[in-house]
Amino acid sequence: MTAPQVAATGRWRGRVAGPVLFLVVALLFLAAPNLLSPFRLDLLGKYLCFAIVAVGIALAWGRGGMLTLGQGVFFGLGGYAMGMHLKLREAGPGGLPDFMVWSGVESLPAIWRPFANPVFALAMAVLLPVTVAVLLGLLVFRQRVRGAYFAVLSQALAAAFVILLVGQQGLTGGTNGLTNFQFFFGLDLYDPADKRLLYLVVVLALGATFLIAWQLGHSRFGKLLVAIRDGEDRVRFLGYDPAVVKTITFAISAGMAGLAGALFVPMVGLLSPANLGIVASLELLVGVAIGGRYSLAGAVGGALLVNYAKTVFSEESADNWIYLQGAMFIAVMIWAPRGLAGLLADGRALVRRRRRTRSPVTSDQPAGAADPPVATTPAASAPEPSEVAR
Amino acid sequence: MATLNQLVIGASIGAVLLLIALGLTFTFGQMGVINMAHGEFIMAGAYTAYLLQPVFGAQAVPAAIPVAFAVGGVLGLILERLAIRHFYGRPLDTLLLTWGVSLVLQQVARDIFGAPNVQVRAPGWLTGGLDLGGVRLPYNRIFIMLLAAACVFGIWAYLSKLRHGRRMRAVMQNRQLAAVSGVATGRVDQLTFFIGSGLAGVAGVALTLIGPVGPTLGTNYIVDAFLVVVAGGLGQLRGAVIAAFALGILNSFVEFWVDNGASFAKVVLFAVIIAFLQFRPQGMFVVRTRGLA
Repeated sequence: MTAPQVAATGRWRGRVAGPVLFLVVALLFLAAPNLLSPFRLDLLGKYLCFAIVAVGIALAWGRGGMLTLGQGVFFGLGGYAMGMHLKLREAGPGGLPDFMVWSGVESLPAIWRPFANPVFALAMAVLLPVTVAVLLGLLVFRQRVRGAYFAVLSQALAAAFVILLVGQQGLTGGTNGLTNFQFFFGLDLYDPADKRLLYLVVVLALGATFLIAWQLGHSRFGKLLVAIRDGEDRVRFLGYDPAVVKTITFAISAGMAGLAGALFVPMVGLLSPANLGIVASLELLVGVAIGGRYSLAGAVGGALLVNYAKTVFSEESADNWIYLQGAMFIAVMIWAPRGLAGLLADGRALVRRRRRTRSPVTSDQPAGAADPPVATTPAASAPEPSEVAR
Repeated sequence: MATLNQLVIGASIGAVLLLIALGLTFTFGQMGVINMAHGEFIMAGAYTAYLLQPVFGAQAVPAAIPVAFAVGGVLGLILERLAIRHFYGRPLDTLLLTWGVSLVLQQVARDIFGAPNVQVRAPGWLTGGLDLGGVRLPYNRIFIMLLAAACVFGIWAYLSKLRHGRRMRAVMQNRQLAAVSGVATGRVDQLTFFIGSGLAGVAGVALTLIGPVGPTLGTNYIVDAFLVVVAGGLGQLRGAVIAAFALGILNSFVEFWVDNGASFAKVVLFAVIIAFLQFRPQGMFVVRTRGLA
C-alpha cells in the first residue's frame, strides 16, 4: 500500500463507515417488528427508550464531564407530562383519572387541566425537563460548582423529586404512579399492530436524538464542550463562558431524557416513582458506563445490552442480577473506564500498530487518522483534569 | 412547646447526619473519593448491634459502638486497598465504583439477614425521657447527640493534638507538599479511610435507636449526608457540624409546619442548599489556597 492509498482508506473509514453502520443498525431496528414476537418487541421498545436517555447522558457526561445522577428526574417529568395527558384522555371530558377517584380527589387539580391539550402535553414533556435543567444549570454552573459537587446535587434532586411524587398521592398517583393506559393519540396500546407503529416512533426518536447529539459533538460547540471538560479555566480565560455551554448541553440531555420518558409511558404502560429514583437514575448510567461514555454508539449499545441482560437475568433471579450488575460496574470502572467502546478502540489501535510495524511505508499517516472522534476521547488512564482541579 | 420539641427531634436528626457526614467529609476532602458505599458501612454497623444482641442482651447498643467502629473501619480499609487506591484523582469514577460495591453489599445483607427489617432493642436506661416544662427530651435522642458530640470532640482532638492527625490535615491541605515533607501519604489515606468508615459504623449503631434496621438503611441517609458535606465545605469539621444541625433542624421544621410537609421537606432542603451555594459555592468554610476555585 502506498501512502495516498492509506490516507484514502482512512478518509473512507471516517466519512463513510460511520453513516453506513448507522444505516445498517437503523434498518435492523426498523425490521425488528417482523422478526420479534410482540412481547419481545415491547421489551426492545423499552430498551430503546433507555437508549435515548443514554445518548443524552453520553453527551453531558462523556463530552461535557457533567456526571448527572438525576437523569431520572427529567425522564420522569417527560413521562408524567405524557401520562397525565393519556390519563385525561381516558377519563374523557369532565372525568377524573381513576387514581384520583380512589384517593378521594373531587375536582381536577389546576395543574392537570392544560394537559388535556395534546400539543401542550407533548411540548411540556420536553420543555419541563429543559426548564428545570436550565434553572439548575445556571444556578450551579455559574457558581463554578462542578464535578463531584454537581453529581451529589443532581442526586439530591432525584431523591427530593421521588419523595415529592410519592407524597402527593392525589396529584401523582403516589407510589403506584400512573398506570392503565389504553390509548395513545388514537393508537390502541393493546393492539399489536398499533404497538408496532409506536415502536417505530421510538426508533425514529432514537435515530433523531442520535443524529442531533452526533452533529452537536462534531460542531464547534462540541469542541468547546470537550475543551471545557478538559480545562474549564483555560476556556474561561479565552473569553468563553463555560457556564452557558454547560447549561445548554445539560438542558439538551434533559430534553432527551424527557422525550424518552414521554415515549416510555405508552410503550410500557406505566410510570411510577420507582422508574425515576436514585437507583433508577444510576441504572440509566450503568449502560453508558459499560458501553463507553465517550462514544455515542457505545452508550446506545451499552444501554441496550445492560437492559437486555437485566431482563434475562431477572427472569431467573433478581438477586443474581443485582450481584452481576454490581460486579460488572466494578469491573468496568477498574479495568475499562472507557467501556466496551474503549476496549474496541484499543483493539483496533493495536491491530493498526501491528500492521504498521509490518509495512513501514504507512508511518507518515497521522496516528489515529481512521478514528474520527479522536479529540473526544481522553487517554485511557489519564485523569480528567476538570475533575482533578479542585 | 411544639417548636421546642421539634427542635429536639431536628437536632437529633442533625446529630445522626453529623456522624455520617464526618466520615464522608474527610474521605471526600482528603482523597477526593465520593464513597457511595459509606451508606452500607452504616448498615453494617447497625447489623453489628443486631448480631451482638444475643450476647449482650439489652446492652447491645453501647457494647456495639466500638465493635461497629472496627467493623466499618475494616470494611472501609478493604475497599480502599482493593479498589479505591487505583482511583485517586478520578472522583466521579470512585462514585460509580463504590455504587457498584454498595449494590453488592446491600444484596449480601439481604442474603444473610433477609429483606425484612430487624429490630434492635434499646437498653432500659435509654427508654423514656426527661420532661422539662412541656419539652420532652427522649433519652435515646440525648444519647445520640452525646455520641455525636463525643465523636466530634475525638476527631477534633485527633486532628489538632496528635501527630497522626496533623499529618492527616497536612495531606488534606496540600498532598504534594506533605509528601515532599516526608509524610507517607498512602498510610495517611488508609488511616483516614479507616476512621471515616468506622464513624459510619458508629452512626449505624445510633440509627438502631430511632428505627428498624434493613439492608437499605444507609441509602436513606447518604444523600442528605452528602448535602451536609457540600454545604459545610470539604474536610471542615466546623462546617460539617453547623451544616448537619442546620439541615436536620430545617428538615424537622418543614415537616412539622407545612401541610403534608414530609414530601416537601427534601425539596425545600434542596432549594436552600442551591440558594446557599450562590453565596458560598464551596461551602461554609474553605481552606484558602491560591488554586483556582
